[in-house]
Amino acid sequence: MPEIDLTVNHEVGLHARPASMFVQTAAKFSSDIEVTHGEKTVNAKSILAVLTLGAHKGAKIQIKAEGDDEEQALQALEELVLSNFGEG
Amino acid sequence: MKEIVGIPASYGIAIGPAFVFGHDELEIGIITIDDPDAEWQRFEAARDESRRQLDEAYLVTKEDCGEEAAEIFNAQKMMLDDPELINTVKRRLEDELINVESALYETAEIFAKQLEAIEDEYLSARAVDIRDVSSRCLRNLLGLHDAPGAGLDKPSVIVAQDLTPSDTVLLNKDFVLGFCTAEGGSTSHTAILARGLGIPAVVGAGDLVHQIDQEDVLVVDGDAGKVIINPDQASLQHFQIRQTDFLEVQAEAESISHKPAVTTDGHQVEVVANIGSEKGIEPALEAGAEGVGLLRSEFLYLERDSLPTEEEQYQKYKTIADAFGDKPVILRTLDIGGDKDIPYIEMPPEANPFLGVRAIRLCLERPEIFKPQLRAALRAGYGNNLKLMFPMIGSVDDVLRTRDVLEECRTELKDEGYQVADMMEIGIMIEIPSAAIIADQLAEVVDFFSIGTNDLSQYTMAADRTNAHVAPLASGFQPAVFRLIKTVIDAAHDKGKWVGLCGEMAGELLAIPILLGLGLDEFSMNPPAIPFAKRLIRTISLEHARQIAKTALHLKSDQEIREYIQSEVPEVNLG
Repeated sequence: MPEIDLTVNHEVGLHARPASMFVQTAAKFSSDIEVTHGEKTVNAKSILAVLTLGAHKGAKIQIKAEGDDEEQALQALEELVLSNFGEG
Repeated sequence: MKEIVGIPASYGIAIGPAFVFGHDELEIGIITIDDPDAEWQRFEAARDESRRQLDEAYLVTKEDCGEEAAEIFNAQKMMLDDPELINTVKRRLEDELINVESALYETAEIFAKQLEAIEDEYLSARAVDIRDVSSRCLRNLLGLHDAPGAGLDKPSVIVAQDLTPSDTVLLNKDFVLGFCTAEGGSTSHTAILARGLGIPAVVGAGDLVHQIDQEDVLVVDGDAGKVIINPDQASLQHFQIRQTDFLEVQAEAESISHKPAVTTDGHQVEVVANIGSEKGIEPALEAGAEGVGLLRSEFLYLERDSLPTEEEQYQKYKTIADAFGDKPVILRTLDIGGDKDIPYIEMPPEANPFLGVRAIRLCLERPEIFKPQLRAALRAGYGNNLKLMFPMIGSVDDVLRTRDVLEECRTELKDEGYQVADMMEIGIMIEIPSAAIIADQLAEVVDFFSIGTNDLSQYTMAADRTNAHVAPLASGFQPAVFRLIKTVIDAAHDKGKWVGLCGEMAGELLAIPILLGLGLDEFSMNPPAIPFAKRLIRTISLEHARQIAKTALHLKSDQEIREYIQSEVPEVNLG
């Protein structure tokens, strides 16, 4: 199962609009996708679960994907986080 | 045990659990189910409905408060479709065999508590969101939101602030034992509906109604206008006996309701029905109606998005008129405006709709609406006893203009080769005080009058009958209203014309002795009231009724008149 480690640099963390974008991006893929912050691992396609991670600015997250489009999924999520959720 | 006093709106005694309409606190109980698939389907349907509502809320909020505020509804929509939430609910339905309401409620609570536990202002707000969207969905599941009556699943007493026509459309009438509302008067929608259904009702009972909780045992005493919350054993027993007595009187009255209403000294009056569509035919005939004194035509215009065609109207009117054979059926032309409007008939907003372009005024302005109805009526009246009646007539000129349009239609139809009713009787509603005052002039240009006491009272007393603060003023028992009724009946009889009364008052037992004494020829009421009205008329003499009317006309208040009749004719009390 491929995985990547990233840091959330957005001002509001993995909340609000960034969280929505993150979840919506994950939902485009058929692979199972998980996101881990600290001790907690949750379904990356669930806004409720992602919010409960409490990932603020500077949080280190790990994303794992498993399925037919796992590589594409990770790539898309990586781009999203690295682009600071489309805000440069 | 607690007692609330309101306005008696429909007689009889109802005993049963409260069904509180639009209650804010959702109480979700765990119920064991045996078909998780069916529960899942309910969930899907409720989510579809919730999504639609959220889209609407988004658009409305965006318009009013801007994009940012509106975005909350998109976020809630995501929560509603959240795979963790949905899968958890689905798993619990299958594993625990519980109802979807409790599965959803508990799952949403778990997420909300997790979010709250992080102690972050933003996440606490999201906890509010998940609770909000889950309660929206729960309301849809329970039928409490857009369809607040859909959660009604057993015989209950409906408790509400007030009920709008669209609320009551959604109620399963089989489960309605009685009504209790905080607002409204004896001619409010709830009151009229209750009498139409023959169900006890107390309205305008004030804010104390909010003390009633879901499932409280209620007694609705529609005779006295009282509601008892959680009665003690003795009181419950008392009302059960009264309920039985009432039902006995009802059964007795119904058993002889097909016989005519003749006073003890041989004076016969006509007792006919108010109906709202062809659905009213059977109940009216069963109740012993000797015809239809008021056929409201609005039903043809509701629940659709364009005007009914002449042909559609013709078919309906003919079906109803034919069902009564040679008995009279009085069709009232379209009466909209005021508190009744029809979405596809554009009416500019008015500061005082009750004093604006309503009923005949609208029809005279809009021949494209009026003429198809008149043509349909003229055609449908061939070979039966259909009569036409015009609402909201205020002057002789109103009648003449209306008659011109009618004659125009008659000529057109004949030219087109249709068979039309040539001898159709034409009448008017007397519901504007001006019409009552010039009744002698109006009697020269029409064949009959029908007094609409609901509007006549509110216009005479300048009291909006939908406003609880002044609704009691708009009572037909006001001395001023009785005097107008007398003026109208005398003027018509002078010219050899007959007079009916199709307001709520005609079926009000307390009013019958006076109306009889004033010389009213026809009493038109909701079918459930007919057996009681006939029973009462048979117990009094015209002589006595005349004397009652004479005395009552000199009494100085609504209350004095009511008490006087009660003392003179104890039979007005049922059970």
